Amino acid sequence: MSAIVSLHNVVKTYTRGKQTVEVLHNLSIEIAQGDFVALMGPSGSGKTTLLNLIGGLDRPSKGEVNVAGERIDQLSSGQLAKWRARHVGFVFQFYNLMPMLSAERNVELPLLLTNLSSAQRKQNVQAALAVVGLAERAKHKPAELSGGQAQRVAIARALVADPTLLVCDEPTGDLDRTTADEILHLLQMLNKDHGKTIVMVTHDPKAAEFASHQLHLDKGQLVEGSVHA
Amino acid sequence: MKYFPLLWSALWRKKARTIFTLLSITVAFLLFGMLQGVNAGFNQAVEKANVNRLITTSSIALTENLPYGDMAQIEALPGVARVAHATWFGPYYQDPKNFVFSFPVEPDRYFAIYPELVLPKEQLDAFIQTRTGAVIGADLARKYNWKIGDRVPLHSTIWTKPDGTSDWNFDVVGIYECPSDRAQESAFFFNYKYFDEGRSFGKGQVGWYIVQVKDPSQSAQVAAAVDKLFANSPDETKTETEKEFQQAFLKQIGDINMIVTYILFAVFFALLFATGSTMMQSVRERVPELAVLKTLGFSDTTMLTLVLCESLLLCLLAAALGLIAAWALFPMLKDTLGVVKLPTPVIIEGVGVAALLAFVTGIFPAWRAKRLDIVEALRG
Repeated sequence: MSAIVSLHNVVKTYTRGKQTVEVLHNLSIEIAQGDFVALMGPSGSGKTTLLNLIGGLDRPSKGEVNVAGERIDQLSSGQLAKWRARHVGFVFQFYNLMPMLSAERNVELPLLLTNLSSAQRKQNVQAALAVVGLAERAKHKPAELSGGQAQRVAIARALVADPTLLVCDEPTGDLDRTTADEILHLLQMLNKDHGKTIVMVTHDPKAAEFASHQLHLDKGQLVEGSVHA
Repeated sequence: MKYFPLLWSALWRKKARTIFTLLSITVAFLLFGMLQGVNAGFNQAVEKANVNRLITTSSIALTENLPYGDMAQIEALPGVARVAHATWFGPYYQDPKNFVFSFPVEPDRYFAIYPELVLPKEQLDAFIQTRTGAVIGADLARKYNWKIGDRVPLHSTIWTKPDGTSDWNFDVVGIYECPSDRAQESAFFFNYKYFDEGRSFGKGQVGWYIVQVKDPSQSAQVAAAVDKLFANSPDETKTETEKEFQQAFLKQIGDINMIVTYILFAVFFALLFATGSTMMQSVRERVPELAVLKTLGFSDTTMLTLVLCESLLLCLLAAALGLIAAWALFPMLKDTLGVVKLPTPVIIEGVGVAALLAFVTGIFPAWRAKRLDIVEALRG
């Protein structure tokens, strides 16, 4: 399969006060289309930084980042925003839903950036909520949902615009084991049945087992190659 | 329109804070509507002044009267078409709070010089022939339910009779209308003869003269000729156009325009900080949410626009409430101002001020939202 994510000699440094910290050192990886990759490693190893680069939330200090056929490290801020809207769905550890909006309004957010009509948006939202099994909770606000349900809404929001890639940052980090497994099964289903490429950061080895490949980072470098789960 | 639910929900994220901010802006715009309405009402009256008419008063003060005999001399001047006079009667009806704009006049002269006051011929004739006759504005008639044939007592705060009383009785013989300016329909006119014979002092005097010129372009020359006529006499005059007279009259109250401007400047200056800090706080609290929107693909410009629109929504909503309240309350000032409704330009100006307020208070938080670094914001 062709690589949907390809990083070459990526360096990422942060400046904190007078100190410059190199978080990623000459990192090169490739992720194939349709893959489900778990990014693992200790805190500070650069997992989230790498995920941010793949998701187009940040730019490398050096090196090339190609995602979904685009050299995204060279895009302007506006181009990158459009690219994210078209190609990437994000799932966060703490769901990051808008507290004042209902589940369906939250899911609709990425569609506001498209030219779809109100009726088409509604249809897509219902479809996305049905995929995550929450069609009947569409009118509920995040505070009225359990953690697992809120994360399902977040996944529906990530899916609704039919992105090329799903980027998940500790999606089960705030959930109990049973709920976490349900979410991971859902991600696995999206990968297998819907062909979504998923890159997931996790600390949890059990969560990583749901991925088809694991990448281990330590001190900003890849310490092991791809490992089949 | 598709962003409206997002904007609306952001606005009501902290209900109490939004309600208090909304109330403070609403009150400010209520004040704006009332004060600017008063100002516009006065200006409207000045703008409606007739260009054919001059007003001659005493050069000493508006309250000083002039000899009745001056009228014939003024009338004889070249360029003068006709002359009428009026005097401030200053009465109230039954209770001091029921103030009535009332003037003793010579009916034929007065209604000839004010053709905009429409009075049927037979009523004018009755006015001329009835010594105690009075002609009242349609609005005044409606207010007290006065009809032709009614006997109306007024108590003058200035003019006493020889017996020491200040109560004057009048017979309503006509009701006039002023289709070009309904605000003029609240006056009470009565016969000068009845007034002059009945008063205990100031006999043979009038308050001011109204001089109609043949050619409006000659107004300045005629005004100068009138004043020259009485120069170095015991009753020197000051003649000006009706517009100048009304402006001078208003200036006796104070520079209304300046007072209104200063008050509103102070109000909106304070409001700027209150609303600005609300918007800043609102954006500060929502940094992670705004970061999520950017993550989803909302561009920097969209974020800037969204926060500005949020500010606009808050300010326009509050301004609309304030201006509607002003519009509803404004007719209560009719007795004082004669203006019956809030002038439309004030409403338009109010909407403009609200938009400006929204921009000024929203631009800094909007800029912050635009510049928000996603990674930093998500890290918290």
